[in-house]
Amino acid sequence: MLSRLRHIPLPALAAAAAVLMATALALVFFYAPLDADQGLSQKIFYIHVPIALTAYACFAWGAAKAFLHLWKRPPGADLESYAAIHQGVIFGALTLVTGSIWARVSWGIWWTWSSNQLVTFLILFLFYAAYFMLRYSVEPGPARANMCAVYALFGVVLIPVSWLSIRLANDYIHPTVFTRHGPQMSGSMFLAFCVSWAALLTLAGTMYRVELAGKRLDDRLRELRELLA
Amino acid sequence: MSASEKYVAAAYLVVFVAVLVWVAIIAAKLARLERDAGELTELARRRAEREAEPEPTAERDEVGV
Repeated sequence: MLSRLRHIPLPALAAAAAVLMATALALVFFYAPLDADQGLSQKIFYIHVPIALTAYACFAWGAAKAFLHLWKRPPGADLESYAAIHQGVIFGALTLVTGSIWARVSWGIWWTWSSNQLVTFLILFLFYAAYFMLRYSVEPGPARANMCAVYALFGVVLIPVSWLSIRLANDYIHPTVFTRHGPQMSGSMFLAFCVSWAALLTLAGTMYRVELAGKRLDDRLRELRELLA
Repeated sequence: MSASEKYVAAAYLVVFVAVLVWVAIIAAKLARLERDAGELTELARRRAEREAEPEPTAERDEVGV
């Protein structure tokens, strides 16, 4: 199914992202009820958590492409891994910013080091941010591609640790919404959350495809310049 | 606006602005790629013109024809 998504025309993907974002906003502000505890500030949940999950998905996709590069060596896998990790870092940064805003309004603080969920996500984000320092410190070529692929695969171990940290330790700060008993929210809230997540995944997919197209065109023009020189 | 409304608006605005900034960066990259493509087209055109020019007739002059 994922390989079929690649064949969706980019304009259609972008249009789907726009429609889903508009639908998500309408559901969040006009359909989902106010939370009994947090009131209006709980609405940040519908953007913060989907962004975090999308960041995880981007890092996982980047690691999958890195594994493919090391295993079967298809020509574009390294570039696809890079683009996915780049999107993951963008969404990771947005997770930290929106999470800080939500923390400020809910707990009165922008950040706390006592929360395992927050700290492990920050570690994951910084790990993948350092991916670019590694990538641009090495000359382009097979060695760089292999190094980056191994690095990306190491980072994927942090994804389940970050996701499970909230359940592995007693974190009384960061709330747990999704438990073994299912989502701890009403049906309308869950619908708004799912549409919001779908919107952000589609947006990330669009941004990923646009970045890849730009990078591939850049590479082809560079090759053409070398041939004509 | 209450404090909650401001923070909720700030959170959604941050995401909106981030996407706009990304679009602006991609637009700038596309403009650079278009310039590069224009330069390469010009290079290719000049090379094609050089290859289409007839070779100089130096040998014919030496023979005195």
